[in-house]
Amino acid sequence: MSRENELKYTSEHEWVDAGDGVATVGVTAYAAGQLGDVVYVDLPAVGTEVEAGSSIGEIESTKSVGELYSPVTGTVVEVNDAVAATPELVNSDPLGEGWLVKVSFEALPDLLDLDEYTSLTTEA
Amino acid sequence: MTDTLPAVPVTTLAGGSFVRRHIGTDASAQQRMLDAVGYGSVDELMDAAVPRGIRLDETLPSSIPVAATEAETIAELRSLAARNTVRRSMIGLGYYDTLTPAVITRNVLENPSWYTAYTPYQPEISQGRLEALINFQTMVAELTGLATANSSMLDEATAVVEGMLLARRASKSKSVRFLVDTDALPQSIALLEHRAQAVGIELVLVDFAAGETPEGDYFGLLVQYPGASGRVWDPSAVFAAGSAAGAIGVVAADLLALTLITSPGELGADVAVGTSQRFGVPMGFGGPHAGYMAVRAGLERQLPGRLVGVSQDAAGQPAYRLSLQAREQHIRREKATSNICTAQVLLAVMASMYAVYHGPDGLRHIARSVHAAAAATARELRAAGLDVRSDGFFDTIQVAVADADATLARGRDRGVLLRRVDEKTVALSFDEVSAGEVSAGALDLLSIFDGDADSAPALDGGLFAERDAFALGALPESLRRTSDFLTHSVFRTHHSETSMMRYLHYLASLDYALDRGMIPLGSCTMKLNAATEMQAVTWPEFAGIHPFAPAEDVAGYLQLIGELEGWLAEVTGYDEVSLQPNAGSQGELAGLLAIRGYHLSRGDATRTVCLIPSSAHGTNAASAVLAGMKVVVVACDSLGNVDLDDLRAKIAAHADDLAALMITYPSTHGVYEHEVRAITDAVHEAGGQVYVDGANLNALLGYSRFGDFGGDVSHLNLHKTFCIPHGGGGPGVGPVAAKVHLAPFLPGHPFSQRGAAEFRGGPVSAAPFGSPSILPISWAYVRMMGADGLRDATGAAVLSANYIASRLAEHYPVLYKGDNGLVAHECILDLRPLTAATGVTVDDVAKRLIDYGFHAPTMSFPVPGTLMVEPTESEDLAELDRFVDAMIAIKGEAERVGAGDWPVDDNPLRGAPHTAQSIAVADWSHPYSREDAVYPFVGASDVDAATETARVRGKYWPPVRRIDQAYGDRNLVCACPPPEAFA
Repeated sequence: MSRENELKYTSEHEWVDAGDGVATVGVTAYAAGQLGDVVYVDLPAVGTEVEAGSSIGEIESTKSVGELYSPVTGTVVEVNDAVAATPELVNSDPLGEGWLVKVSFEALPDLLDLDEYTSLTTEA
Repeated sequence: MTDTLPAVPVTTLAGGSFVRRHIGTDASAQQRMLDAVGYGSVDELMDAAVPRGIRLDETLPSSIPVAATEAETIAELRSLAARNTVRRSMIGLGYYDTLTPAVITRNVLENPSWYTAYTPYQPEISQGRLEALINFQTMVAELTGLATANSSMLDEATAVVEGMLLARRASKSKSVRFLVDTDALPQSIALLEHRAQAVGIELVLVDFAAGETPEGDYFGLLVQYPGASGRVWDPSAVFAAGSAAGAIGVVAADLLALTLITSPGELGADVAVGTSQRFGVPMGFGGPHAGYMAVRAGLERQLPGRLVGVSQDAAGQPAYRLSLQAREQHIRREKATSNICTAQVLLAVMASMYAVYHGPDGLRHIARSVHAAAAATARELRAAGLDVRSDGFFDTIQVAVADADATLARGRDRGVLLRRVDEKTVALSFDEVSAGEVSAGALDLLSIFDGDADSAPALDGGLFAERDAFALGALPESLRRTSDFLTHSVFRTHHSETSMMRYLHYLASLDYALDRGMIPLGSCTMKLNAATEMQAVTWPEFAGIHPFAPAEDVAGYLQLIGELEGWLAEVTGYDEVSLQPNAGSQGELAGLLAIRGYHLSRGDATRTVCLIPSSAHGTNAASAVLAGMKVVVVACDSLGNVDLDDLRAKIAAHADDLAALMITYPSTHGVYEHEVRAITDAVHEAGGQVYVDGANLNALLGYSRFGDFGGDVSHLNLHKTFCIPHGGGGPGVGPVAAKVHLAPFLPGHPFSQRGAAEFRGGPVSAAPFGSPSILPISWAYVRMMGADGLRDATGAAVLSANYIASRLAEHYPVLYKGDNGLVAHECILDLRPLTAATGVTVDDVAKRLIDYGFHAPTMSFPVPGTLMVEPTESEDLAELDRFVDAMIAIKGEAERVGAGDWPVDDNPLRGAPHTAQSIAVADWSHPYSREDAVYPFVGASDVDAATETARVRGKYWPPVRRIDQAYGDRNLVCACPPPEAFA
């Protein structure tokens, strides 16, 4: 519960754990639920330069495909190999073991807090 | 009114009329349905449903002849067939005569259990054809020596194009260049040229066999193996060089040759493509047959089209399903790996069964006899003093002659079609049939070359006198195949006809096709495929003709094609029709390429934006991308209609670069959109063209025409509206119809028998007329219905959909309705409120319908959480009521879940479908009874005792329980699992 409160969010349904100039990024439980059973995750190579808002990967379920957008501008410093091998982690533990990439950044853009994100997903 | 009474045509009399055989509801049934819907007559209903502004002017005379009876139609088809001339084809170029085993013709091609099935999107009721397709994939993968094959492509030339596009996606090279073998099939090169141009790929023709190496970068390359010339050579150095350059190596390979020569995978190719036609599928003047594609490990996710994989069911048993669907156009839309949707399932099944029946040894034997015939002929022609210009070859030799045209003419006189290579060279391609004739001394080839020899023939005993029947003499030693193939037991078991017949029956018995009951799939139009319509498909005068046969041999075909084109143009309000596209997706592409050609011809090179409503079928977006267009999505309003304000805004934003709008009519939401004219006018005013997707034409025929309300071009699906069977996921025919200003850009073909009279756009299929051998089906349908019958069918289809909508309205909300609260030919049932209230999902309902003896409607398209129901005109009232009763009963079951009688994770819906095995257990631990599990319909409706008995005894038993979709995608296996997996 507290972790959910500590995280920041994007309108594209990513969560961001930003600290020490490195943002850990995953997709929210809501997004994982909407996608359904995740079967494949396509992540960028370590060292890739990424821009905030650009597509850096894909999360594929049996019936749909979601894009992963980078919430920050920076460099990919680590990707979750465990989730590439076991994509169901995105469903079973989206905020924990199901993290996707870590991106180093200079400046953190404005992101949503839990209340703002929650209102986004309940409106629709 | 005229003052003379027309004579009652004999065809309307009870005994002769086909219309009453095709339309399932008779006058009294229709009256009961009209009472339920609240209209006095079908005319009244249609007046209320179809917007007045788009109604057809019914005073226009029709060129469609008055309906013929079934017997009259067969007689007319016989006389058309008699105008074709079947000669021994030695033309080759990817099309060969073949001996279809009669057990396959009778039990697959002519068996409604196979040909009336739908695409296996509901895998639990499709295990038979899924197994046949995984056999196909295994066969292709092992023959090509590559890891994974799909099932299937539309023909070889489009598979070559898909290979090029795959190479561009998968290559690390940023080059726009694709190298093409000068010895590739000419029709493949023609398609590559047309398709490459639209997506900015530059082709470079290279004579690889001569050792040419191009300067500069390239992202991929194509080698034909064996070459169109017949040449067999080792391309491994070409693939190695390509790989070193970061390029993807594609090989177009002949499957029969691969039984004797080294596989593409062993030579270093990344991708293999081709056709499986010569594996028992008649030439049919060009089609249909199944193309194939196989890729090395690591490229699976780049494959276009359908891919069958192994997963497991709820009991942990192996079960087949379509894998990695997220690659495909219905999910990934403009980002899909291809626009291909309908494939060639029935033909892939036939080819796979040819391999099952013959086995690896049988296939090798056939290949050796073909090669031996070619080699013996080459030897004898040389002995006769002729210059045979082939060294390493499999089945094709080239012969130098004094005058190729004169030699071809002598061949025709003797009943043989040779291929003209140039003025002084002809080619002969051997196949299973001609090899047998050569062997039997029944084919006199030598006399064709009278006067071409340098010295007098010195023959004593015919061509085959000195042959070694199984010599491999003309195949290069270094390329002889050493690796095994078709090692799985399925290819080594069913070699007696008894065993084969039983295997085919076993597989068919696992599946649900139209011979069991209604398949109410929205947007798929699963109507009757009448036996009379099917009859001509296997006649030799239609089946035994090479697509590049001379025009004089195909007069009957050309007449049939011309008449069908004319009829289709008339009923859609267009000026011209091309029957070339092999599926709706290819018709879309042809139509969009025609729009592209039109804009380019006017100097409007910047017009590349294609507007597509959010509700459109995914194929629309995928096709637009392949036509070099940029997709811009137009929103739909809450009623499911195109949002006119958003459309105007998007048009304004793209005023200078608007190429086209693609719109489906009636909409994919199953309603007659009232404002369609305003939409088409707005696009025209901005200089755009209007593409009307004809997928839902079954709701319009005889009442309204695309061309009259603003359409510039459309594709039709003959496998929907015009009765070509779905074949379990193909064949399809997707004619493209257009107004006169687009006609110059419709698909032509370098080998069209119509010559200068043919359209002049680039080709989209390997053969000039696509899949002609199934065109007699649609021809016969129109001929037997007549214009009035086609109109009656539309009225009956719309009545049936509205009857279902109105009977189910109090149980399931109908999501979208048009004028006067009516739907068109289909209706979307919204299950989301039910899911919210009870936890029962759309999947649960779809699978539970299997227990009730139904194929589920279309699931979650175009709206997630809904079912789209299209009953068609062919279902009778009893079947419609059986479906409605089942849906109402399922609603009752869901409510019991909602009320807490059953847990949400253990109830008859979540447990569905139930196999016989699943209830034959000592410990039944579920909170519902075994009877409720498998006979939920007993006693539920007021049918008579005999009907109830028939339903109980004839119950469809699914062979597997619910299949785990995610497991199959996470653990990809796309070849036959070992037999012990089923232990």
